[in-house]
Amino acid sequence: MKPTLADTDARQGILDRINTKHVDIPPLPDVDVDRVIQFDQPIEKFVEMLAMVGGQAHQVESQGEVRALLEEIDVFRTATRIVSSAPESIAGTIDATQIEDPHHLSTVDWTIARGEFMVAENGSIWIDGDTLPHRVLLFIAQYLAIVVPRSQIVSNMHQAYERIDNFSARFGVFVSGPSKTADIEQSLVLGAHGCRKLQVFIVDDL
Amino acid sequence: MLPIVQHPAAAKEFVNDPNRSRWHDQALWFVRSKRDKQAASLPEWEYLRETASGIKTHTIANLSHYLQEFERNATARGAVVHWARDAEHHNEIVLRILHDHKTKRIVKSKSMLTEECGLNHFLEDNGIDVVDTDLGERIVQLRGETPSHIVLPAIHIKKEEVGDTFHEHLGTDEGASDPKYLAEAARGHLRDKFLAGEIGITGVNFAIAETGGLVVCTNEGNADLGTSLPRVHIACMGIEKLLPRQRDLGVFTRLLARSATGQPITSYTSHFNGPRDENSELHIVLVDNGRSRLRESETFRAAMHCIRCGACMNTCPVYRRSGGHSYRATVPGPIGSVLSPTRDQNSYKSLPYACSLCGSCSDVCPVKIPLHHQLLAWRGELVGKKLLPVSKRLSMRCASYLFRFPALFRLVGQVGRFALRVLPRWATHNRLNVWTIARELPEPPKESFHQWHRRHRNH
Repeated sequence: MKPTLADTDARQGILDRINTKHVDIPPLPDVDVDRVIQFDQPIEKFVEMLAMVGGQAHQVESQGEVRALLEEIDVFRTATRIVSSAPESIAGTIDATQIEDPHHLSTVDWTIARGEFMVAENGSIWIDGDTLPHRVLLFIAQYLAIVVPRSQIVSNMHQAYERIDNFSARFGVFVSGPSKTADIEQSLVLGAHGCRKLQVFIVDDL
Repeated sequence: MLPIVQHPAAAKEFVNDPNRSRWHDQALWFVRSKRDKQAASLPEWEYLRETASGIKTHTIANLSHYLQEFERNATARGAVVHWARDAEHHNEIVLRILHDHKTKRIVKSKSMLTEECGLNHFLEDNGIDVVDTDLGERIVQLRGETPSHIVLPAIHIKKEEVGDTFHEHLGTDEGASDPKYLAEAARGHLRDKFLAGEIGITGVNFAIAETGGLVVCTNEGNADLGTSLPRVHIACMGIEKLLPRQRDLGVFTRLLARSATGQPITSYTSHFNGPRDENSELHIVLVDNGRSRLRESETFRAAMHCIRCGACMNTCPVYRRSGGHSYRATVPGPIGSVLSPTRDQNSYKSLPYACSLCGSCSDVCPVKIPLHHQLLAWRGELVGKKLLPVSKRLSMRCASYLFRFPALFRLVGQVGRFALRVLPRWATHNRLNVWTIARELPEPPKESFHQWHRRHRNH
């Protein structure tokens, strides 16, 4: 749909109003990375922060351990509909690339996603939307697991944005813990609309 | 013309219920304490605030340039950018998009801008079914209320009341008030709405001029579910939401959730670059609605830095005790008391007085808006324009007269100290004197400071 003439008028009106009031423009400041927090043990910090935001981290040496650890979780053992973008760790039971309409993914039990890197200061993981056939998989599955390589970690968000400076996918998200709400009397409830729980597998190699 | 808001009268019911008022106060103080803990965990906190303020000052000064850069880049990524001069225009644009797609079922995530524009009412009047998907917003929507806080929309409602509302509308067990049970019921109820939604509407936390991208932050994941199922996403934003570069997000994503709820970051910080795929649409509505006029004011321009974290509300002693609805505005609390009179001075003239000038709001603001200075500045403007009630203007004039004549000041002081000693209680504590409803008068001192100083100045 193309904007109509009225929109163009409004556009010019708004810009004119802004342009007629000249305001001195101070320089745009940059963050000096030497002045912000960095961690000597970023993985330890990440694990601590992930626990704080309601997620669980598992440090594993081999891909095979991921399945073994998941099998210990009741709701994984009984799950039948699993979508995986990290097949070297765990194979899915549904091939989401063959599904056209994301609404058909509404009954997915587990999504196993691939994380690009971790951010130690807040326990978040960057997920590139291009690694998933449907972005809704991150939000519609009852449970979410993310597999991320141990070597891929930054201390803070400044470094995180430095890493994704050339990011050109249509979607990307920092995920920090499971979905949650405290809208009823400030009582924290995990599992608002998105995943009920979040498992993060930090693997030695991918 | 808008009705005149008298904050003391509007707050009366809430304040007169001491249990609720105290409970509300404590709930918000809890959030404020969590914010303090997070702020203290970063040695660079003040440096981040300064940098954020600097980025916003630069952006607002150069706003025309960045708006056009954003429009160019967003369009290049396949989004359609609309410009709305005011609330009505914004609502018409959204409705036109819905009509173009012949849609009737909308899922909406939290957007203070659409609250400001009254979008829900407008769409409902036009036969559209709008579902607020943020749990707090859904609660107030089902109750026919408005949010009382910009981040915690249902902070004024007790869980038993949520239970009653859900029992009526969602069929939960009568008398059930366990937050976990109620949130689970809402999850099921809203899942159906998400799956049935034909268009997703979201607000915008940050828009990036350099990339044409948008960032939306939620804890519930509702903005993401609401936009990754339907083919059309409408993102509504005020023109002040821009940031020049993607890397500027490093500063703001570190400040936002820490200031808002004391979390290190929101559960989901989602970056949208253009529509989902070739068969989808992303409409971005840029809304002025008084912002370009606010930018013209040297005194109040910095209010455009606001990232809507709500920290000033959580810390404000007046807000915490009087509740968000007493401000009769979409944005309550200190920032609301600065912004509302810029819309209509006469109707919101009492808000700059709903403040003790304690300065706590300015101290917690992550983008360093000098809130209490602005509230004081508003009082000066309102007095100058004779917008205050006679009682206030007259007493101000008396005080000003008194301070100009030292001999008179001393005499009145003497009379006052004498009166405090001899007047019977009924003379001061009666219905004519509202000040003494919940207060006691001070013990009168034996002498004035002036007298004390005269006796001691040679020692």
